[in-house]
Amino acid sequence: MSGIAGRRSGLTWAVNLTVLALVILWLVPTVGLLISSFRDRDQIGETGWWLAALPVEQAYRTRAEGEARQEGDLWVIEGSLFDTAEAQSALGEARPGIARFGTSAREPGAQDAGTEAALRDGGTLRVEPDGQYRVTTPEEPDDRGQRIYFVAATAPALTLDNYRTVLGAAGMGRAFMNTLTVTIPATVIPIVIAAFAAFALAWMRFPGRGLLIAAVVGLLVVPLQLALVPLLNLHNRIGIGQSFVGIWLAHTGFGLPLAIYLLRNYMAGLPRDIIESARVDGASDFQIFRRIVLPLSFPALAAFGIFQFLWTWNDLLVAKVFLPSSGDAQVMTVKIADDLLGSRGGDWGILATAAFVSIAVPLVVFFTMQRFFVRGLLAGSVK
Amino acid sequence: MSPILQGLITIVVGVGGCLGYFWLSNLLVDRVIFPARGPRIAQNIRRANAIRPWLFLLPAMLALGLYLVYPVIGSFIRSLYNRSGTEFIGLDNYSRLARSEDFRTAFLNNFLWVLVVPAASTFLGLVVAQLTDRLRWGSVAKSLIFMPMAISFVGASLIWKFVYTQDPDIGLLNAIRVGLGAAPLDPLQLPFWNNFFLMVILIWIQTGFAMVILSAALRGIPEETIEAAILDGANPFQVFFRIKVPQIMGTIVVVWTTITILVLKVFDIVYTMTGGNYGTEILPSYMMTFMFRDDGVATAVAFVIMLVVLPVMVWNIRQAHKEMR
Repeated sequence: MSGIAGRRSGLTWAVNLTVLALVILWLVPTVGLLISSFRDRDQIGETGWWLAALPVEQAYRTRAEGEARQEGDLWVIEGSLFDTAEAQSALGEARPGIARFGTSAREPGAQDAGTEAALRDGGTLRVEPDGQYRVTTPEEPDDRGQRIYFVAATAPALTLDNYRTVLGAAGMGRAFMNTLTVTIPATVIPIVIAAFAAFALAWMRFPGRGLLIAAVVGLLVVPLQLALVPLLNLHNRIGIGQSFVGIWLAHTGFGLPLAIYLLRNYMAGLPRDIIESARVDGASDFQIFRRIVLPLSFPALAAFGIFQFLWTWNDLLVAKVFLPSSGDAQVMTVKIADDLLGSRGGDWGILATAAFVSIAVPLVVFFTMQRFFVRGLLAGSVK
Repeated sequence: MSPILQGLITIVVGVGGCLGYFWLSNLLVDRVIFPARGPRIAQNIRRANAIRPWLFLLPAMLALGLYLVYPVIGSFIRSLYNRSGTEFIGLDNYSRLARSEDFRTAFLNNFLWVLVVPAASTFLGLVVAQLTDRLRWGSVAKSLIFMPMAISFVGASLIWKFVYTQDPDIGLLNAIRVGLGAAPLDPLQLPFWNNFFLMVILIWIQTGFAMVILSAALRGIPEETIEAAILDGANPFQVFFRIKVPQIMGTIVVVWTTITILVLKVFDIVYTMTGGNYGTEILPSYMMTFMFRDDGVATAVAFVIMLVVLPVMVWNIRQAHKEMR
């Protein structure tokens, strides 16, 4: 678009800004998940992840402790909030600045720190920002000290606690291994089977070839839903049942049409001269396949491999049907959708972390091998 | 035996078995059944070469036949039987579906999904592809917009839960609402509109796909046509809509149909986000409510999905046929 030089700078700015806005829009949800997964579980509920870098104001409660002494006609208790038992157990050694305080659970931050609040029995409560408090009462207080609520700004806390919980107690570690167990054979085996079939469809002459290719194209779009009931029944009849063997077979079958289609298109595009001259030199079909076509088809094999890997790793439907629903065979997607969302539905830190654990490997594969992935996509849908 | 060990053994047995099969069957045909020697050498070689393609194809054909062709027929037959599969009830499962309010909701919602998601993804993908085309950081931008393609639908749903949740301290959308002075609400419980909030998730994922394919197609447009249009005084919008888009129309249609088929298969998003509640059921998730409970109805729903996909399938085959010629 060099012909519009006059308006070019303005347009370029607009384009840059639009793309920037779109990229941010696309990234924000994922960034939110990533940040949430590292946040302290108490802080997640208090402020949004977009405020994760700022101190979090959290409400605490404690009781005034210590001996009351008489001062004129008033009884006075003084001390530091941080020395009280309940504050100790909640805050440990941390000494956050106190922003507000109050005397009822409904309004834990009714008063600003450094001011004096009136108590119901006619006394007063004063809390300083540094934690010093002073309770005065007209009568001698009983043993249960005055309830004090306070709102303190704790520093932003980033922890790996969520990851520890998710991988251990929540069982995502086990699920991760299960996913890996499902994925690898389900990626490797279809490649082998498809490579031979694709070679036959691309470079061997035999009657019915066109028909078979058309059938593969047709099978590309058969909805998986159709396969679930008949195949599960079949697996049950022949004794495989719901098991890893069953899901490997299922993924192999479901992945084959795309594998054959991708590989055949790629192999058919290899230069005819090479293959013809090998034939003339007396190479058998098997030798041509192994020595020439297979090495040359590496990009297509890699493309499909990544495809199938991501697909089986991310699959929920096939795993739900072909694997037992018990805890120790669950893959990550099933674990999240059927277990964690139910049992830990409100525990956002755990959910974010579990989700991130499940998408970490695909993201690494995606960013390191994007070139092959794109090539596979292009070969699979354009022509 | 630990599943991992079992997996490793499966790889070795599976891959080794396949390779062994191909190698041995070849050997058998070449050396034993039709040996390339003796009085009928020419005939033997011809026969061996006629059989070989089928040797190469056999495992794939078996797997495809058993895992994709048989289920189409098997599902249809199963859908004609009752819940336990013991009694033939004809089309009763289908008429039961037709009468069911939930099925109609699922069907209509699915119709909405098919209408909106492919259109929105393709349009956004096209826009991004065009905008990033000449940008210096275009490939970085594309890579980031493409990223959701690697994320599972379940993962994506969780990601979007952090956008949609009603609690304004968790959900970004409601934080913005509260920031503007409105009361927080649960977007997934808004009748009718909640469907669109769910669709956004799939659009978020699929835009990258459309963008990658369409961006390759845009690059393939002959430079001369664009230069000629610019010389004739076309503005950038005219160049885009009148010159570029018509030339990549074929690719746009392919992207559109690919996403349409995907929409008819994806049950994960609805399943994870709402479980089909609040009137968000779609056909694939509706089928899963019957899976393990009433195989007859489940297969009937699956067959309805198949019928909806059928025209696209026929179209695909005809396209492939045209290209081969």
